[in-house]
Amino acid sequence: MSSAISHSRPRADTKLLNGEPAGDIVTVRNVVKSFGAVQVLKGVSMSVKKGSAVALIGPSGSGKSTLLRCINGLVPLDSGEVIASGHAVHTMRSDADSIALRKDVSMVFQQYNLFPHMTALQNVMLAPVHVLKQDPVEVEARAVALLAKVRLSGKEKSYPGELSGGQQQLVAIARSLAMRPSVMLFDEVTAALDPETVKEVLTTIRDLVNEGMTSILVTHEMRFAQEAAHHIFFTDKGLIVEHGDPKSFFSSPQDPRTREFLSHVL
Amino acid sequence: MNESVSAVAALGPWLPIILQGFAFDVLISVLAMALGTVAGLFLGLGQVSRRTALRAVSRWITQFFRNAPWLVILFFCIYLMPFELRIFGTALPFPAWIKGVVGLALPVMGNVSEVVRGGVQSIPSGQWEAASAMGLSRWQTMRMCILPQALRRMLAPWMNTYAVLMMSTPLVSIVGVDDSLRVAGSVLATLNDPALLMPVYGLVLVLFFLYCAPIARWTRRLESRA
Repeated sequence: MSSAISHSRPRADTKLLNGEPAGDIVTVRNVVKSFGAVQVLKGVSMSVKKGSAVALIGPSGSGKSTLLRCINGLVPLDSGEVIASGHAVHTMRSDADSIALRKDVSMVFQQYNLFPHMTALQNVMLAPVHVLKQDPVEVEARAVALLAKVRLSGKEKSYPGELSGGQQQLVAIARSLAMRPSVMLFDEVTAALDPETVKEVLTTIRDLVNEGMTSILVTHEMRFAQEAAHHIFFTDKGLIVEHGDPKSFFSSPQDPRTREFLSHVL
Repeated sequence: MNESVSAVAALGPWLPIILQGFAFDVLISVLAMALGTVAGLFLGLGQVSRRTALRAVSRWITQFFRNAPWLVILFFCIYLMPFELRIFGTALPFPAWIKGVVGLALPVMGNVSEVVRGGVQSIPSGQWEAASAMGLSRWQTMRMCILPQALRRMLAPWMNTYAVLMMSTPLVSIVGVDDSLRVAGSVLATLNDPALLMPVYGLVLVLFFLYCAPIARWTRRLESRA
């Protein structure tokens, strides 16, 4: 009886049930991608559970960033499937499809890519007002709150050029959050920062992860990956060589390539 | 010596019409710049379009007008454009100076198109990527993120184009427009004194210099700031 009731209750995330294993919000199957003659992804499969944080680590040029761009459709796949937050990314054709995907799957970049002619507040407000067509007054209140959340209260009217690298990256994170995405992609977001500003950015990301924001982190910060991520994927030469929970991954890596890599970075 | 001084003094009464001719040069150059800028902006955006055919056509038109001699384009406009335009039975006269404006606007269009293409392409691709990742459409990205940044970079080369245009404007005197150079020629023909050749053409040169030099200096200031 009680089970019948729970079955009849509408699921909040029914769109996630289109052939995906329940609980996975991102599914990647056999993704292949080449740039010219170089095959960057050679059949990558992975899945990410809703509310979890996964870290993609591996040597430079192993395809981590490309994989991230395949997940939000910035880079089209050659073959394979990507389902992200209910959107079949591999079948996307129209601009409307990509826009729908990007409302749900947001991305933060290594170089922040803030718009330099807009203030921090305007950067955060841009997409909610012009893509989601929300009321600017309401968006502004939310943007102010988001900047406070990333500890940038008082910087609303600053231009990116007046902020440190770390502060710019925090604005970029607030800008992504303003879309209220269900998945956040972080592409080496601390790689371009001064060492002293790395910490504030990582703290903010960790807060998000603790709040249950599904996050995929491409990172070179091994300790951060170990502490913040629920699952680690190790990529090498366009393949996922090994994956596991952080504890076993870092303490007893199985594959020789993983061991080799970890011996260099740890 | 005394003779030539009195000859220069005789120029006095003619000064206003030479200045008037120069004002006409300024007017023609400003109108040609306005027309060429609007057309060049569209053509330049065509050059960075995602549509292959539009891009190819825009590129071709741009290269054509950028690499054609200004005077030849001017002759084409003067002799191929009708001298009046009939709209609903009303005859709209099309005087030579308006044809001159169009003739000068065409090469300006080609140059501005290149300035726009260069300005847009100078914006780092990360800006496009970020805007796209936020769900902005291509046109929204262009309008709100790329052009505001690109316009700043385009300002100096655009002013440079204007300086080149202004210095080419006396070409319209060849096709019968009463600009400063043609007026100067008429004055000399009337006074019929070879001693006046230098002072009269010298005056025209100085007028152009006084007008163009500050623009060039301002452009250099903008360039060094960018």
